[in-house]
Parts: sequence; C-alpha cells; structure tokens
Amino acid sequence: MSIPETTNLQQPAKVPFWRDPVKRGHIFQAVVLLIALSVGYILFANTQANLERQSIATGFGFIEREAGFEIAEPPIAYSAADTYGRALLVGALNTLKVSFVGIIFSLILGTIVGISRLSHNWLVAKLSGAFIEVMQNIPVLLQLFFWYALFYEAFPSPRQALHPLPGMFLCNRGLIFAVPAAHPVHKWMLLAALVGVIGWYLLTRWGHRVQDATGKIMPVHRMGMGLTLLLPLLVWAFAGAPTALDIPVLRGFNFRGGMTVSPEFSALLIGLILYTSAFVAEIVRAGIQAVSKGQIEAAMSIGLKPGQVLRLVVLPQALRVIIPPVTSQMLNLTKNSSLAIAIGYADFVSVANTTINQTGQAIEGVALIMLVYLIFSLSTSLFMNWYNKKMALVER
Amino acid sequence: MSDRIEAVEEIRPPVTKVGVIGWLRENLFNNWFNSILTILTLWFLWWTVPPLIKWAFIDSHWFSEPAVCRDGHGACWSVVSRNIRFILFGFFPEDQQWRPALTMILLVGLSFWSRDRKRWKKSLAFTWLAGIVVMGWLMHGGLGLPVVETGKWSGLPLTLLLSFFGMVFAYPLGVLLALGRRSKLAAIKSMCVVYIELIRGVPLISLLFMSSVMFPLFLPEGVTIDKVLRAQVAIILFTAAYIAEVVRGGLQAIPKGQYEAADSLGLNYGKTMRLIILPQALKIVIPPTVGILISAFKDTSLVVIIALYDVLKTTKVTISNPEWMGFSTEAYLFLAVLYFICCYAMSSTSRRLEKELHTGR
Repeated sequence: MSIPETTNLQQPAKVPFWRDPVKRGHIFQAVVLLIALSVGYILFANTQANLERQSIATGFGFIEREAGFEIAEPPIAYSAADTYGRALLVGALNTLKVSFVGIIFSLILGTIVGISRLSHNWLVAKLSGAFIEVMQNIPVLLQLFFWYALFYEAFPSPRQALHPLPGMFLCNRGLIFAVPAAHPVHKWMLLAALVGVIGWYLLTRWGHRVQDATGKIMPVHRMGMGLTLLLPLLVWAFAGAPTALDIPVLRGFNFRGGMTVSPEFSALLIGLILYTSAFVAEIVRAGIQAVSKGQIEAAMSIGLKPGQVLRLVVLPQALRVIIPPVTSQMLNLTKNSSLAIAIGYADFVSVANTTINQTGQAIEGVALIMLVYLIFSLSTSLFMNWYNKKMALVER
Repeated sequence: MSDRIEAVEEIRPPVTKVGVIGWLRENLFNNWFNSILTILTLWFLWWTVPPLIKWAFIDSHWFSEPAVCRDGHGACWSVVSRNIRFILFGFFPEDQQWRPALTMILLVGLSFWSRDRKRWKKSLAFTWLAGIVVMGWLMHGGLGLPVVETGKWSGLPLTLLLSFFGMVFAYPLGVLLALGRRSKLAAIKSMCVVYIELIRGVPLISLLFMSSVMFPLFLPEGVTIDKVLRAQVAIILFTAAYIAEVVRGGLQAIPKGQYEAADSLGLNYGKTMRLIILPQALKIVIPPTVGILISAFKDTSLVVIIALYDVLKTTKVTISNPEWMGFSTEAYLFLAVLYFICCYAMSSTSRRLEKELHTGR
C-alpha cells in the first residue's frame, strides 16, 4: 500500500553514538591522544621553565665545543682538545668494537656449549649444564665487577708481569703482546685478504652452478680458504717479507710499545661473552632438539656422511629455529655493553655521561644515548630479518 | 610331578653392561672421541678443582681480622662475615635491622607458599595484600615503630623491593600494552608499538639515567620525587615493554574461534578479554614471563650506576674500605651465590610450572 512505510522499516534504528563501536572507538582514541598530548605539553612547559631557571643551554651546539677530557685507548686519533662530537664518535666506535668481538665469540662459545649440553658424554653434558645455570643466574654487572676485580687483584704489577710466551706480558695493566711493526704492506695484505674473500664467494657460486649442471661437488671451500690465506702471504713475500716486531718493553712503571688490551676492555668482553654464550647455548640446544630424528635417519639412509648430515640436513633446519632468538641475544649483548660505564671502559654511554656531567645538558645526552642504541638495534634486526628470510623455509 | 618345575638359572648380563662399569662405558667411554673428551675433562677438573677447594675451604679464614687474612693464602670470607650487616641492610639503623630481616623472611616465605598451584585462589591475593601492608609497615615504621626514611633503605631489602614492585606493577602495565598493540584502534596501536619498540631498543641504563638526571627537569619547581621511586618507575616502564611482547605472543596463540565464540555470546570487549582470552593467553606465557621476571631481578643491580645502595653497592662500599681492600673476589662470590639462589629458585619454579602446564591445553 504505502511504499514509504516499508522503506522506513528497512532503515536501521538510530543508534546512539555511545553504542556505536566505530564512533566509540574514535572518541576513546581522541580522549587518549588528548591526555597524552596534554601530559607532553605540561612536561615540555615544566622543562622549559626549569632549563631557563637553571640557565642550562639547549640544543646540540655543545657537539662543536672542546671536550676537554681524555679517553683511554681510543680506536681513532683523539685528544682532550677535540670536540664533544669526536669524543662521542670514539665512544660509539668503542661500543661497536666490544659488541662486535663479543657477539662473534659468544656465538662460537655458545654453540660449543650448546652442543656439549647434548653430548652423550655424561661428564661433558653435566659440566655444560652447570656452566649455563651459573652464568644465566648471576647478574651480568656482578660478573663484570668480578672479572675486573680479578684482573686488578690476582695479576701482578707490570714489574712482576707474567710472561707466558715470548713477547707477551700479563699484568694488572692488561694483556700486552708484540705485534708486527707498522709497515705499508699491511694495508695491501688486508686488501688481498678482501679479494680472497670475494674470490671465495664467487667460487661458491661457481661450485653451485657446476653441481646443478653435472652433479659434481667441487671443493670450493678448501679452494676459497686457500685463496684467502695465500693471497696476503704472497703480497707479504712480494714486499720483501718484513718481519720486524714491535716488542713491548718495561719502561718505569708501565710497558711501552706492543699492543695492549686493557683490563677494562678484557673484563667487559669476558663478562659479556660468558653471560651471553650461556643464553646462546640454550637456544642452540633447543634448535638442534627441534630437528626431528627422522630427518637425521633419512639423511643417513641416503648415504650422507656424518659431517654432511650435520651440514646439509640438521644445521639448515636448526638455524631456522635458532636465528630469531639469537638475534635478540645479540641485541642484548650490545645493550649490555652499556654497563661498561660501571668498570670505566669508555663506551658510548660512558662518554655521553661525562658529556652530561660537563655540559649539564641531560636531555640531549640521554636522547643521544637512546638514538644511538636504537640505530644499532634497528640495523641489527634489519640485517637479521634479511638473513632470516633467506634461511626461512621456502614452501610451495 | 613337582620335579618337573625346575628353577631356570637366570643368566646375568655381562659385567661390562651393568653396574658402575657398564654405566662408565655407556656414558663416558662409548667411543674413542668420548674417551678422549672424558680424560681431558677429568684432567681439567683435577687441575682446577682441588686448588680451588684448598683456597675456598681449607686455607680460608672465616671470622678473622683482616690482618690475619693478609698473612694467609686462602680465601678471606671474613670480609663477608664481618660486614654482613652492612652488606645486607646498608644504612638501616643497627638496632632496627630485625625489621628488614623480618620483611625479607615474610617475602620469601610468601613466595614459597605461592609456589603450589593449588593455592592460586582469590584468598592468596588477599594474603599477599595483607603481607605487603605488613612489610610496608615493618620497613617504614609508624604505629609504635620508629620511622625509617626511604633514603636509609638499602642493601638486600632495596634489591628485593625494587624487583618485587617492579614485577607487580610492570605485569598489568605490560598486559595493557600488549592489548593496546593488538587493538584495532590505530592511534592506540601505534602509541603502544612505538613505546614497546623504543623501550626494547635502548638499554636499561639509559632509562635509569633518564630517571636520575633528566626526570627532575620535567617536574614543576619545588616538586621533588624520591630517587628510589624514580628508579623504581624506570624499572617498571622497562620491564613492562618486555612483558608486553611476551603477552602478545600468548594473545596471538589464541585461535580466532575463541574471539568469535565470545562475540556470539554477546560479550563486550572487556568481558571477552577478562573472561575468555586473557586467562588462556596468560597461562600459555607463564614460563617466558618468569624468564622476564628473573632478568628484571638481575637488572635491579644496575641501580649501582646511579648510586642507589642496593646489595651490590653496599658490597662495593665494603670492599673499598681500606681495611678490607683486596678481598673483592670473596665478596663478589658471596653475592653471586646469593643471586644464584634467588634466580635458580625462580627458574626451577618456572620449569616445574612448564611441565605441569604442558599436559593438554
């Protein structure tokens, strides 16, 4: 009869806005944003007032000014007359140095301990288990203090330095050892090694192509390793084989010459490696246990050698499980390296802290610390995500 | 007839397969590689353990004067035993130190009482609440006890306090953040994502610096917040981000059917989460959560760097005393044992829980 009535019926009843989930969501978000913004504004206003009252400068102008403090064992040329910017760069490089070396060694040690944990040898398995438990359950800061104290108290002064190998001294100033005296050929040897590594990579790709085409397996890794070792040696021999050594000698109260690994750096490195490797070991153990036994039996039944079973079947599958948690352990190690400040190694946090104390610009200092670590974390996780994707299972 | 039943003599397995010898062959010398490994390990143990035992237990001094220690060769545990009150209680007034001691006993006792999952009921929550009130009264004083300012709370009670309240407040905050990260509301989600990733990307030390040198600048003139409280807030904010990620894993593991079932029952968001999703999600993630709590406990030692007197700092103060200088190894070892016991108790509880919860869903 009346068309308007039916249309009226089909029109949904008007919903009040507080019952409409979409509108309610919008209102809720607006309120939260408003609160967050106003808290931010209040903090900002307070900070402005405080900075003005205490006449603290703002902005990053201090980076251009003279730092006026020394840094022990800088990886690049640095003196107290350099700027804060350069001091911070030195700190960042120190952080990178200790994290890089620490990550490599904790991966190696962690893998060894993780595999030993699964060993059929009762003694070895139990010992690795004890190592993991002890290292995981003691705060890393306490471990750093312990190793540092051990260095200072257990090792003799430079005058009575231990002399385990010719040209090597161990005392409470660190580990001092002889290094080849500076020679222009070193740069070229490094370049030759780099060429060797690139050659190794190309050889591997060639080997894969040959194997795909003919089924023959080329000894590419042996050839590649030979190339990487031989090329620098050839360059060295070509330059007349310089053998001069920079040998440390005791002058007064300390050693001169040679290479010194300071107690601060060693304590930090040992502490970080032992602590992180315990976690890596547990991850490696879990990863290997995640590979089902059938896979190993299948690999053995098609006639692969034990080494090939491990390299071609077990590891690729275990790595898939291992990589994500190991990435977060690598990041943890990098973050834990900030504890260097507690034992006086000049990492980024330590230099930034000195900067804060000297300039009073706490906000900029803390912001810089956070920024640098965010950059480290993000770039590591980007790289590991790429690697993870490369290793991930390619499904049909 | 009866002579037909003869006792058949049981043939015993060869000597080399059972007993001590069998065990040794099976576990230590089953092939040439393992035999070499065993011998190397035994040699290593023989080389390290006896001198260590001689140092730690035979030549050691337990309650002597520092001068006696200096003459001897062994460990000087006197550095701990003679300073135990300062290491454990720091600056808490000497005659009142029974109060933090009682607080810690209460805390440890309550924790052990809660280990059993049969006791996880509402009454346990009230017991804890009552326990916290009593502990707060014991530490702070009032109502007949002399008041002790928070600035004097130091040593082990401070460590336990920072970690306990860190865990208690970080947990709900972490759950909220995880829910926010899974939310459909874009603004809430992005705020939570930024917060979680930002905090997880930076070391705890930078947050502690923020609390100690940067935070005072945020406050209006005249307002100050206690240094311990600021560090506590930093620890809570830090731990919450990690808990949020763990809880998010649990939330992702809940099948979509559970949400749909809750929707079809007409439950709203709050009820869906509180009654259906969170109980299941939080149960799955109990073991990794305990892992986070253990690292939060270990991380409280970082407050040393902003000069709070936790148990690590009181130990450092003790060994920087000229009288006791040179015995840091012993003091740190004592502390390591202390931390190890606490963390090991937590991790073994977590492993037991994992086993208990593993049966079915």
